[in-house]
Amino acid sequence: MSDLGLDPESIEVREVTSDADAECEEFVGSPTIRVDGDDVQPPGDEPAGLTCRIYRRPDGRISALPDRADVREALARAAETEGGTG
Amino acid sequence: MRGTGGLAVGELAPPMELPDTSGELQTLPMPGEAPATVVVWTCNHCPYALAWHDRIAAAHRDYADSGVRFLHVNSNDAERYPHDSLEAMRDRVEAEKWPFPYLHDEAQEAARAWGALTTPDVFVLDADLRLRYRGAPDPDHEDPSHEGIWLREALDAVLAGNEPERDTTESVGCGIKWKE
Repeated sequence: MSDLGLDPESIEVREVTSDADAECEEFVGSPTIRVDGDDVQPPGDEPAGLTCRIYRRPDGRISALPDRADVREALARAAETEGGTG
Repeated sequence: MRGTGGLAVGELAPPMELPDTSGELQTLPMPGEAPATVVVWTCNHCPYALAWHDRIAAAHRDYADSGVRFLHVNSNDAERYPHDSLEAMRDRVEAEKWPFPYLHDEAQEAARAWGALTTPDVFVLDADLRLRYRGAPDPDHEDPSHEGIWLREALDAVLAGNEPERDTTESVGCGIKWKE
């Protein structure tokens, strides 16, 4: 994040502990990573709930975590936006 | 989630009597004998369980001639997690042509009796149904090249009449979804 001019201290970790909160937050599973509110790998029509998130890597492998490239891309977009508006 | 606990290596596995997706009752002990039995706690909606599934299925194929019995058990609360309903289990077995029974532990009694914690959670039993290996299929769910090596090492040892050198690893995966 620092390389992109973003502040690593701005990361906010939030725990979703109830089905009601999951619905309210449109939380489809853990971990969900959003940059400026946008999911780094949009979940499609997955229902909200307290469950594990399933990510697909570019080569088709299933993972518990999003691909690093998707996270980097999302951060780069955010950096661009901030640069453009700031 | 990572964890150990429950059934200890060397202990007799608790008896189990659960229906599979076709409604047939699967029992442990079973009529007849198996030189080894693999019981895998799993589910339909866990990235760890899904990632390791093909490796476990490959081990099933490779050890079929040895008569190893494989059972998969889903104990998740299907009311809060509809992906794990009996109907969803049945759909998956049919779509993926599972070669082993998928048992529905609706009351979660089997999971509690065995001390299963995660999906997946792998238990390898010897011919006397004593636990000889418990834990993950291999070191990394993201790396298919490991090919379920810990499970295979345990089976090789049990089939040779030995105790596995590595008898316990951390069970790694999503926590079983207990009923509230």
